[in-house]
Amino acid sequence: MTSIISIDLVFYLIGVIVMLVAGMTLRDASNPKRYTTAAFWFLFGSSFLFGDLMIMYLGKPMTYRVVGLIVLIIAGIAGANLLGAGTKPDDGVAARRKSAERLGNRLFIPALAIPLITVFLTLFGKELMVGGIHFLDQKNLTLTSLALACIGAIAIGQRITGSSPVVAIRESRRLVDAIGWALILPQMLAMLGGVFVAAKTGTSIQAIVNLFVDPQSRFALVTIYCLSMAAFTMIMGNAFAAFPVMTAGIALPFLILQHHGDPAPIVAIGMFAGYCGTLMTPMAANFNIVPAALLELKDKYQVIKIQIPTALCVLACNIFLMYFLAFP
Amino acid sequence: MNIDLLLPLIGIPIVVLGFALRFNPLLVVTLAGLVTGLAVGMDFLAVLETFGEKFMNSRQLASSLLILPVIGLLERHGLKERAQAWVASIRVASTGRILMLYFVVREVSAALGLLSLGGHAQTVRPLLAPMAEGAASNRHGELPPHIRDRIAAHAAACDNVALFFGEDIFIAFGAVLLMTAFLKENGITNVEPLAIGLWAIPTALCALVIHLFRLSRLDASIARQIHEWQQGLNGQAGSKP
Repeated sequence: MTSIISIDLVFYLIGVIVMLVAGMTLRDASNPKRYTTAAFWFLFGSSFLFGDLMIMYLGKPMTYRVVGLIVLIIAGIAGANLLGAGTKPDDGVAARRKSAERLGNRLFIPALAIPLITVFLTLFGKELMVGGIHFLDQKNLTLTSLALACIGAIAIGQRITGSSPVVAIRESRRLVDAIGWALILPQMLAMLGGVFVAAKTGTSIQAIVNLFVDPQSRFALVTIYCLSMAAFTMIMGNAFAAFPVMTAGIALPFLILQHHGDPAPIVAIGMFAGYCGTLMTPMAANFNIVPAALLELKDKYQVIKIQIPTALCVLACNIFLMYFLAFP
Repeated sequence: MNIDLLLPLIGIPIVVLGFALRFNPLLVVTLAGLVTGLAVGMDFLAVLETFGEKFMNSRQLASSLLILPVIGLLERHGLKERAQAWVASIRVASTGRILMLYFVVREVSAALGLLSLGGHAQTVRPLLAPMAEGAASNRHGELPPHIRDRIAAHAAACDNVALFFGEDIFIAFGAVLLMTAFLKENGITNVEPLAIGLWAIPTALCALVIHLFRLSRLDASIARQIHEWQQGLNGQAGSKP
């Protein structure tokens, strides 16, 4: 172990939260699907609590197969519509208003503490050493900082509101129930991305895009590069995955080598063309679908719908910016 | 066209159709992965292994779970209600203006590398969305659900757009390092991260202008929608015998 607060510790913490949620769900008679819902969260939580232990005892290939099987069961439970939510014991708006009046702006302190402590630790916590070893995981600085910030914010929150930790866990379950399967979707998509990489989907897309390339027309090349960055990002849900494929396929041979474009603006703007795609796809779940679930929107695609006009306008801007800035 | 070239693409129509027909996304994504893997000749165990490996190695994506206990605790004690009341005490606050201010702060701070200063779980749900909704309900009274949803979705979109087009200006950000590394690998060694960061500025400005322009029209659009909704209600009430 090379740091005191390691990434493993953060995963254990997440695992504990999920397991508590699963336990509370199991005991909740108001949820008509409580057994399958509890199983769903238990399976998800076990990849956090026992994943690293399994790697230690079973080795990587076996662990990955077991987790793969767990993933299939999780998808099955969600797909068979066996995920339910309890009817929440709600104190109602009146009680919350009263509490808000009593506590006033002090309520903002723990909420603001999360980003502030996280940023503070990422900026100044990197060099922190305790007894000769790093305090924070050097490779996962943001995540370990975030975990510490959340623990700090909970401590401050308990002090200000004077309530017990049980309340925090019970309220987490309410939120987890409301968000539901969307919490797991980002990891499932990372998994699909992994299969696409193994299946060389990128090479196929590159070959198809190249059918449309006219090496003589500079403007057409710029347009195809930007549009294919956006489109492939929409498929992969991640511009980082699309960038090497499309840049090696179009930008490098045609725009940079043949037309002598300036590489810096081409790659910078090309990546942004990919980001325009990110704004328009449900595959970028942690940006587009999880927030819709967090905000309890009726239409899970509404965030994407709001982003599409901006994304298309910026995409058009990118095409012209690249055409004029990379070829002076 | 070579069939071997098309087989790896089979997952794409599955995802598009599955999402369009509103099947559960977890099921759709898993099926798409399974079919793609089998189509290109991987055996079942190999697909399972890829699933498990990627799922385990992307566990950091579930980090919003860490924030839920704090948010839950504070919401239970009236965080949303307080955020709305606080906005009500600021006379010039409106939905559009709050979102515009947040957008500028978020994009500039992201350009300086302060990426964790915002986020959907930590700022949008507990603070930004309630404030933006509160400002609208101060003007128009209780909001109908579809307007509330529209404002909340705008708050989330605001965070995404500002973050995406701000972060690439910061030269130590992963995307900038990825681009520099890619160029180096391909024999182009004279491009510094600083140059890539600088060339990100024109697009960042375009995004700023475009999105602020949209937000500047949001207040009027909300007022219009609420007016239509009220007319609809009155019309219904009037038609009753």
